[in-house]
Amino acid sequence: MTAERVMRRGDDSAVLRLSEAEAARIGDDAADPDDDERVMLNMGPAHPSTHGVLRLMLEMEGETVLRSKPVIGYLHTGMEKQGENLTYLQGCTNVTRMDYASPLFSELAFSLTTEKLLGVEVPERATWIRMLMCELNRISSHLLFLATNGIDLGAVSMMIYGWREREEVLRFFEKVTGLRMNHNYIRPGGVAADLHDGWPDDLRELLELIEPRLDEYEVLMTGQPIWRERLQGVGAINADEAIALSATGPLLRSTGYAWDLRRDEPYLAYDEVDFDVIVGTYGDCYDRYAIRINEIRESMKIVDQIIDKMPGGDYRLQDKKVTPPPRIRIDESMEALIHHFKIFTEGYQVPKGEAYTAVESPRGELGVYIVSDGTATPYRMRVRPPSFINLQTLPHLMRGGLIADGVAIISSVDPILGEVDR
Amino acid sequence: MPEQVEPEKVDRERYGALASEISSQTVLFVTVDEYLEVATAARNDGFDQLVDLTAVDYLSYPGARIRPTDVKPERFEVVVQLINHTSRERLGLRVQVPADEPIAPSLFDLWPGCENLEREVFDMFGIEFAEHPDMSRILMPEDWIGHPLRKDFAVGDVPVQFSEASAPR
Repeated sequence: MTAERVMRRGDDSAVLRLSEAEAARIGDDAADPDDDERVMLNMGPAHPSTHGVLRLMLEMEGETVLRSKPVIGYLHTGMEKQGENLTYLQGCTNVTRMDYASPLFSELAFSLTTEKLLGVEVPERATWIRMLMCELNRISSHLLFLATNGIDLGAVSMMIYGWREREEVLRFFEKVTGLRMNHNYIRPGGVAADLHDGWPDDLRELLELIEPRLDEYEVLMTGQPIWRERLQGVGAINADEAIALSATGPLLRSTGYAWDLRRDEPYLAYDEVDFDVIVGTYGDCYDRYAIRINEIRESMKIVDQIIDKMPGGDYRLQDKKVTPPPRIRIDESMEALIHHFKIFTEGYQVPKGEAYTAVESPRGELGVYIVSDGTATPYRMRVRPPSFINLQTLPHLMRGGLIADGVAIISSVDPILGEVDR
Repeated sequence: MPEQVEPEKVDRERYGALASEISSQTVLFVTVDEYLEVATAARNDGFDQLVDLTAVDYLSYPGARIRPTDVKPERFEVVVQLINHTSRERLGLRVQVPADEPIAPSLFDLWPGCENLEREVFDMFGIEFAEHPDMSRILMPEDWIGHPLRKDFAVGDVPVQFSEASAPR
């Protein structure tokens, strides 16, 4: 088995298994004869390249990283605990704040799990709207990655470009959901609102705008010798190691292992659209960069197909026990008013049981596990956070490399700290 | 203790553990003692990745749990999701962990990816994993008292703790 490297327990492991107090003690000990060779270095939590409040404890020998440990929890706000006190309708407002770069995926996973427990099926149009919005979100999330990956490696203009194009996608989101981020758009039973008139034109315009810009990025970065030298062969991992460390998403695919839930365990209507699963070869930072830029193209391909295939019908389930009645009905029907009132005050009861659903977020497998006790709030709401789990690979990717490469590696793992800490 | 409700289709046994179908997924029910043995069997049978490991505190669960009648329910349940990439099959494990001795074996030697997940469960539920390389808190401060996702953790009662806070000015 070639995953032996990641299974080490002792000092030869890449993971620095020391508490903060112990590390501080070693770092302060001037009498330690080894002290001038091995240095304990703190990086973050307010370092510009740590993507939020990630802190790393590094054991350094010169400029080489030996062992390291991500110290997390600075953004921990007990969102899983909070999820136990919110109704299923309110639950989406909670989970959407976890991965703030791709909020629609958490909403989707939460809604799919709730629907599984309820035993309801959403209308076809709702499924396709969900798929459309998620693919757009994948584009915006990967654009954000390109921007931050650019600035981390000194391609400053890339940061401006990435944010610029992402903003165009967010503008579409604002039109549809009312918000640029934290949409609370995908809800159990369907989506919050139908697409606006003229949405296909907006999208075609958007795709036409992004397409040539991607080619610009390729000129700016992909072919550049400096860019390639900073990324190629840096932070390499093989498929066995990635699987052993529970890594998913672009991190796993960069090793050449084709595993994408959209293709391998199709949910929504992904089996009805045509797209390719992008894989790398060497599992290094360059492959992870190339995968994401090409996944944008695949997502655009999917969006293009959805524009043509979007079915008609209702955008949400018309089940008065799950979704609120249309506004107009409240004025004319007493029952509609009662249903509306009931849903927004006490929520709806979900039958006893438990369910786990996973979707492919831009960062990997995002799963939601809910235990229901038959009341209107989950008894336990667990989110399987891809960023949190992918972060485990960081010490292994960084071991033996230079600290300057560490910045590229953190960036290529693409952790969102809101989701890491929850 | 109310009577347990049987889940659907309790007809199989797998890796020597009681199996049933929950939300169209095969789930195995094991005790702490059987846990490692069953997990090893699953690992050798091709479940190459540990997808998720978490826990549930059933302290205040109202009424009956949906569990096979042969399973003796305990306060904590460790929830493991495994995946077999070759057969594209998922498998769940539910480990009954008693409240008076919340210790379970670590799966680190089978799937090193459980390292942070087991630390999180320890942090949030106070379930210890024996033979884990670094059984420490991960999300809460190192000197935090209590385990927040336990049902008897008093929300709002604990003041925010800062380990480095200086004396009142």
